[in-house]
Amino acid sequence: MSAHADVLIIGAGPAGLNAALAAAPSGARIVLLDDNPWPGGQIWRAGPQASVPAQAQRLREHVGALNNVQHHPQTRVIAATGPRQLLVEDAERGWLIDYDTLILCTGARELLLPFPGWTLPGVTGAGGLQALVKGGLPVRDQRVVIAGSGPLLLASAATARHNGAQVVGVAEQATRGAVAGFAAQLPRWPNKLLQAFGLFDRHYRTDSHVVEALGTERLEGVRLRQHGKLVELACERLACGFGLIPNSQLGQALGCTLHGQALAVDAWQATSEPGLFAAGECTGFGGSELALVEGTIAGLAAVGDRQGAARHWPQRARWQGFAKALNHAFALAPQLKQLARPDTLVCRCEDVPYSKLAGQRDWREAKLSSRCGMGACQGRVCGAAAQHLFGWQPSAPRPPFSPARIETLLCLDDTPPA
Amino acid sequence: MPELTLDGRALRVAEGTSVAAALALAGDGCTRTSVSGQRRAPLCGMGICQECRVSIDGRRRLACQTLCRDGMQVETRA
Amino acid sequence: MTQGLAADVIVVGAGIIGAACAQALARRGLDVLVLDAGLPGATAAGMGHLLVLDDNPAELALSQYSLQRWRDIARNLPEGCAYRSNGTLWLAANAEEMAVAEHKHANLRAHGVICQLVGAPRLCEREPLLREGLEGGLLIEDDGILYAPATARWMLDQPRIRQRQARVAEVDGARVRLDDGQWLAATAVVLANGIQATELCPELPIQPKKGHLLITDRYPGQVTHTLVELGYVTSAHNASGPSAACNIQPRPTGQLFIGASRQFGTTDPQVEGWMLARMLKRATEYVPALAQLNAIRAWTGFRAASPDGLPLVGQHPQRPGLWLAVGHEGLGVTTAPATADLLVAQLFDEHPPLAAQAYLPQRFLGEPTHA
Repeated sequence: MSAHADVLIIGAGPAGLNAALAAAPSGARIVLLDDNPWPGGQIWRAGPQASVPAQAQRLREHVGALNNVQHHPQTRVIAATGPRQLLVEDAERGWLIDYDTLILCTGARELLLPFPGWTLPGVTGAGGLQALVKGGLPVRDQRVVIAGSGPLLLASAATARHNGAQVVGVAEQATRGAVAGFAAQLPRWPNKLLQAFGLFDRHYRTDSHVVEALGTERLEGVRLRQHGKLVELACERLACGFGLIPNSQLGQALGCTLHGQALAVDAWQATSEPGLFAAGECTGFGGSELALVEGTIAGLAAVGDRQGAARHWPQRARWQGFAKALNHAFALAPQLKQLARPDTLVCRCEDVPYSKLAGQRDWREAKLSSRCGMGACQGRVCGAAAQHLFGWQPSAPRPPFSPARIETLLCLDDTPPA
Repeated sequence: MPELTLDGRALRVAEGTSVAAALALAGDGCTRTSVSGQRRAPLCGMGICQECRVSIDGRRRLACQTLCRDGMQVETRA
Repeated sequence: MTQGLAADVIVVGAGIIGAACAQALARRGLDVLVLDAGLPGATAAGMGHLLVLDDNPAELALSQYSLQRWRDIARNLPEGCAYRSNGTLWLAANAEEMAVAEHKHANLRAHGVICQLVGAPRLCEREPLLREGLEGGLLIEDDGILYAPATARWMLDQPRIRQRQARVAEVDGARVRLDDGQWLAATAVVLANGIQATELCPELPIQPKKGHLLITDRYPGQVTHTLVELGYVTSAHNASGPSAACNIQPRPTGQLFIGASRQFGTTDPQVEGWMLARMLKRATEYVPALAQLNAIRAWTGFRAASPDGLPLVGQHPQRPGLWLAVGHEGLGVTTAPATADLLVAQLFDEHPPLAAQAYLPQRFLGEPTHA
């Protein structure tokens, strides 16, 4: 089976939803593909224990009511199969989809850095815990420590607490000065100030980072370094994330130029590839408001409404300022590169310890000699960690972009291109 | 309220519950045994890390991105 | 080591062939410098299948001798090299292919290779995932597998071997010029860099043959033997156009390698969807249950193919001091120990362990111009 979209949007988070909303009045046939069970991305992830803000609810309903927008949840892109065609897969089947214009709203993932004990059951990402809790993971009466960096720590703590967890510590690696400086700028973005107050947690500590997750069969506690001093907290869950990294692999595979780790875009949210736009966190981390306005601009530009798109530039500039302040405040401290011990596993798929990687020449050599990054996640976790720890450039993405049923790959046309 | 089977145990969960959450509701929340024999549980919660891959109705899928459905068979040691 | 020389021997290429040659030379007491450009090579891209092939007597002699050598080497191989003697099961889909199996059986038996014909009823006992209705098969019990990159590294881990990442820009007899302009001299240079050899010796009749491979997630215990369709011999090897054949190998990790494809006239390393589809279609025709397994990675590599399918092993007839160990096509891992033994015997002017004639570079490059 093959399908066609005038505008194909990958990712139904804030950027993708707004892109669909903006493009819809043109009458274009829009297809919205998303890996998650419901639209909303990670920030507005739905589930039995999620409280989705009214704004998000309205946006979802609005997009859901558009009859020229077709939404495919739980659907992943497996391969780029030719000019303007993708192979995709859901739980049941694989199919090819052709498009005229593509908008990548593939979001970001957490940077997860290895530290002793991080493979114990009970340790998750910070956004990871939040997503799992929204999906129904029970945390009532559990002691939870949140660690790492960025505003996501407070958001994750709030979701856990809202569902009955006892948040016994929030460890932010950034300095008090950096966080205070960032907070002082928040009045420039009043919405964000409200969010920050709502999320504030009396256990929040700056200059603090995880040293070790403690436990044998599963997590029993965590050792933190707070302002230079070691402290231990007993807990059932540790949620640890070191900021976000853009999901730029698909764009990269389609030939888009990168800017740092993110997809490079121009004022129209257009990438270096003709007919290919990108919006939201795959173009750099900036929060949901920036993603929303970028999505709008991309959606309008994708259907040729440049005038309409340009009207949103001032708004985007405003949120870009916020993104800049944020990224500056939460830059990672160098000592976070020293968390892993020689026996700490870096690659969780193939169980490759740090000692097998230190001293390798590059990512390719590390892979071949240690099997690091050769497991099911294909280096999505350890490749990003290794890039942070050793400065290795990960290899260019190849199909299948994520694990795919062989049956799905059999949907590919087996005749050579003319 | 879908009812599913997790490693042979029946469990009824709230509509919209992920398989990852159901495994924690039913037991220790673990999803797989690693190459060196460690038990593992979901890490990223959003379909990236592959720690939560389990067998669902005979296919290997991600527990964190899959919603519980009536009659679903989930195996963590397959 | 002679004064002023970088080493007794310089080996260009740290793949399985270069590593086996370097190891054999070092064991003879020579100081060996191995130069490798760090480019993707066939050793890392291939399946690491150790198999006897008998398309012609020279191929059989080389692969059979080399497999015996691998069995000796295997006793010392660390676990990371993932050596297993799991056997190859050649699959016949019809009576015509079964006749090929019978012929192959007779030929291999006559040469002392342990193998047995497997009838249709026994086939599914040995490999329950095979589809019904196959004609039969030929099981070659002593064939095996290994993880070639780790094995090459193990071979190079010798006191007399030094390794250096460097790109060779020019060879001139027994000396090489690196791309930074530096000249390194030795008493002999061994060229063992696969398809890159033609950049240094354009006269070598070596063509890149592109191959695709795919690997699944871990599904332990599903397949035991390396499963290869007999069409592999009748079609894939001999076709001039692009072709695919069923080749499924269980890794010790529980993963399955799925191959194989052949394409000519391209050096583009991209994974091509159409070829992947063609290859997987072929594999699922033999093992339908593969369709429900998750693939986690696909990649490509280039075999260095000579016109007659046999490697070039020996001194370059017009470039004294330059020795060739190239053109192994898909059999580099299988024939690496034999190649090393042949090369060393010629370098030391000793009686080779098997007749060297069929593999001499002279067959393409002409007779020596030097005394």
